[in-house]
Amino acid sequence: MSVEAAEADPSEAAEGHDAHHPTDWAYVKIAIILAAVTALEVFTYFRSVLDWGVALVPSLIFMMVVKFYLVITWFMHLKFDNSIFSKMFTTGLILAVGVYLATLTAFEFFG
Amino acid sequence: MTVTADAPLELEAPPQPRYAERPLGVLTRPQGGRGWRDWLSTVDHKRIGIMYGTAAMFFFLVGGVEALLLRLQLAAPDGSVLGADVYNQVYTMHGVTMVFLFIMPLAAAFANYFIPLQIGARDVAFPRLNALSFWIWLSGAIFLNTAWIVGGGGADCGWFCYTPNSGVAFSPSHGVDFYAIGLQILGLASLISAINLIVTCLNMRAPGMTLMRMPVLTWMLLITQFLLLFALPVITVALFLLMFARLFGAPFFDPAAGADPLLWQHLFWIFGHPEVYIIILPAFGVVSEVIPTFSRKPLFGYEFMIFSGIAIGFMGWGVWAHHMFVSGIGPISVAAFSLSTMFIAVPTGVKILNWLATMWGGRLRFTVAMKFAVATVAMFTIGGLSGVTHSVAPADTQQTDTYYIVAHFHYVIFGGGVIGLFAGLYFWWPKVWGYMLDERLGNWNFWLMLIGFNLTFGPMHILGLQGMSRRIDTYAAGYGFELWNMVATVGAFLIALSMLVFMVNVWKSRRTAASRPAPGPDPWDARSLEWSIPSPVPEHNFDEVPVVRGRDEWWHRKYGIDDDGQVVRVATVEEAAQRGDAVGVHLPSPSFWPLAMAVGLPLIGYGLIFNLWLAVIGALIVIASLYSWAFEPVDDPDADHGHGHDEGHDGGGESGDGPGPDDAVGEVETAETDEPAAVGASEGQS
Amino acid sequence: MTAAAAPAELDHGTSGAGGAAGHGGDHGPSTGISHVKLAMWVFLGSECLLFGGLISTYLLYKTRANGRTLPTDVFDIPFTSVSSFVLLMSSLTMVLALSGVSRGDDTAGRAWLLATALLGAVFVGGQVYEFTSFVREGVAFTTNPASAAFFTLTGFHGVHVSLGIVMLMSLFVSSVKGKLTRNNSETVEIVGLYWHFVDIVWIFIFTVIYLIPAD
Repeated sequence: MSVEAAEADPSEAAEGHDAHHPTDWAYVKIAIILAAVTALEVFTYFRSVLDWGVALVPSLIFMMVVKFYLVITWFMHLKFDNSIFSKMFTTGLILAVGVYLATLTAFEFFG
Repeated sequence: MTVTADAPLELEAPPQPRYAERPLGVLTRPQGGRGWRDWLSTVDHKRIGIMYGTAAMFFFLVGGVEALLLRLQLAAPDGSVLGADVYNQVYTMHGVTMVFLFIMPLAAAFANYFIPLQIGARDVAFPRLNALSFWIWLSGAIFLNTAWIVGGGGADCGWFCYTPNSGVAFSPSHGVDFYAIGLQILGLASLISAINLIVTCLNMRAPGMTLMRMPVLTWMLLITQFLLLFALPVITVALFLLMFARLFGAPFFDPAAGADPLLWQHLFWIFGHPEVYIIILPAFGVVSEVIPTFSRKPLFGYEFMIFSGIAIGFMGWGVWAHHMFVSGIGPISVAAFSLSTMFIAVPTGVKILNWLATMWGGRLRFTVAMKFAVATVAMFTIGGLSGVTHSVAPADTQQTDTYYIVAHFHYVIFGGGVIGLFAGLYFWWPKVWGYMLDERLGNWNFWLMLIGFNLTFGPMHILGLQGMSRRIDTYAAGYGFELWNMVATVGAFLIALSMLVFMVNVWKSRRTAASRPAPGPDPWDARSLEWSIPSPVPEHNFDEVPVVRGRDEWWHRKYGIDDDGQVVRVATVEEAAQRGDAVGVHLPSPSFWPLAMAVGLPLIGYGLIFNLWLAVIGALIVIASLYSWAFEPVDDPDADHGHGHDEGHDGGGESGDGPGPDDAVGEVETAETDEPAAVGASEGQS
Repeated sequence: MTAAAAPAELDHGTSGAGGAAGHGGDHGPSTGISHVKLAMWVFLGSECLLFGGLISTYLLYKTRANGRTLPTDVFDIPFTSVSSFVLLMSSLTMVLALSGVSRGDDTAGRAWLLATALLGAVFVGGQVYEFTSFVREGVAFTTNPASAAFFTLTGFHGVHVSLGIVMLMSLFVSSVKGKLTRNNSETVEIVGLYWHFVDIVWIFIFTVIYLIPAD
């Protein structure tokens, strides 16, 4: 997946602007991975074919995190951009996950 | 409007407004000037700050009158000034007004006015969005208060509006609908403002102004903006649910349908506790500027001050359920939130110690601003200590819903927040208006307010421990409540009197300003960059963007250290200060569209409550303004102070802005700025 | 209401000059970071708490049936999978649009913008279909706390997608008018950030709401 920036547009580089844009082909590859993961996710729904048992929920969450991560790092360029963008976003994300997990726990949502 | 002791800067633009004919839309583009219409279209962060402050003080009077009505009702047993129903509305609207329409916008006034000045910027990152924030806020404030007239009364559910008490069954008037929609409008304003100011702080600092050199006021305001940014969406969710429940019958909070009314409490307080710090941190920032100035010492433990502020900001997210100890959230939650609440006292205590250490050994000057600042520290400490008693869950169970709570949060919010912001008003008044407030009247103002405040809220501790409930509209004689209620009412009127003195002070100081010496750029011998430019601040702020070499930059431009290690004056204010006479500074152009868009939002609100057609009209206004705004370049091609440029470079359909606000506000037009590579710059120069 | 902030941010944001400050002049008080992009990321951080609240509300209520049909009883996973896939792929077309515009290939840029908007429209259309079929099967907005929370959450998301489509079409129109060039490709990037965010919210919703079994 390290196709990044192999052929950054020279004029862009001259502008000093996002010198590390991945190529279109890299994006397509990411999309193929995303599609494959999604297919696997949907496959878990057909439990008559394969019963995932206790692994179901952790697997689903893992696959979700993979997709989430790929989109924000590649499609949203967090991997290539100034780290301040990542900081702003992850602060919100972590706060959200933290306070809402705590709230659901207070409601004894997790049993 | 601006009262000027010395003539303001003359820009190249002619002084009188000029409304050019432009086929841009129904409104021709305003050109800037000094008439009343220019306030409607201004994008100047200073004018927006002044409008925030003025409107906030107006709502302080509104909320104050509501408070006086409450105290009249409770002055003696079996009061009959207000009926029970009206009493409920008045105390709810008192709380909502004071929090959302007074303290928050007054803090926003300080943020708007001083963040760009303290970091050495020409304006905020998005000047038109800044205007939009103000107008949306004002439209929401007016919307909320029209509930009295067209809504069948104000909201009557307390400022936290617990469900299911705020449902249609128990609150059949439209008051709560106005609350739910009005707070969403106000929240939108604060959200836009928060994004704008965060980008400003992070992105527009003058050269050398590293984060750890930013003045503490700016730091605390920045933390406040982050709290707003992340807390507002939470209350937005809660208000949406409440609105859908009330308007469309969604069973979000209906226990009969299996819903959980506690959900509201959680969502409200996840927002509500950060909100407490949103209220208090700006005042902390003000105090942290005032005390070093009048102690003639740098702030003790700057880094600790900043990090304790950040720590308060983060920990403020983990204590919300201490508002809910008696709601049955379970022993584990109670224990966890008790602990976190005790811990949050630590960074707050750090701040108090640092203020004391700053004063220790300083050459103190007890101006009115300093008195207010010291009083803030003292009063907030009392409020903080009673707050710690709430963190002890068994004690809290005793105190919940009694006047002890009312006493506590008024000591924090009034004693900390309001008195702190008054310190700021007296401190920065000459910077904003170009004349000083009278110190003698200021002293009357201060002592009346301090004594009145303690008379009002001090006895409430006793009343609470005696068992007097909050939110009751009257009480019978013989419970021992009579004396302290009467004292509290007398105190409330003393606070009102102190406000009267404040207004007289403003009126008199302004009237006599011409006969007194002008304050000059730096009347207090202060420390941060806003004192290096003339008072009142010229429209373009800085003649040239300052280069910052350390903390307390302005102080270090005035003072140095001699060979013996003694502090010596190296420059007078006149030598060191900027003259404010730069010409041809590129400023963002005014626009009517923020105001136009803000008009649409309350119409949507009325429409949701009364008639959906109204909402359609409101939505059309918003959309039309949005697109007109998008196609209006940030810099008016016809404006005089810019240089001619065409609109050909406009961004996308949504955008269409010409050169970004970024460069427009950031640069003096000198030859070197011509950077062909950058779109905005090339446009500004072409 | 927060949703409404999005276009407000964007419209200002897309000043086409994000780059200008970014590469600010020698006295530019800037950090080399585009105002608009930073504003968008800050806004998206805030949006996390908005959607988090709505998702939590649904999770809390998802089994509160009030004696009637739950949304989970009428989920059509294969159908939703298709529309989820459509939205996911619209993220690909979005980056391709940005790539096209930023290298000056207007035709490709326009085509991919249009494709993204169309995929988004297919998703919203699917959602409308899903909503109507749910109502036919007895799960309306006020049926029970679960249904109210479900429609609020997915409705909020749908409104976000719809706003995104409006922005994409505005970009498309301005590109056709020749006003969207490589110089202000940042406009596309900003809209793209918003669009991808809406996509990742759906990635979350699809797993947590639809795929994880309700018991």
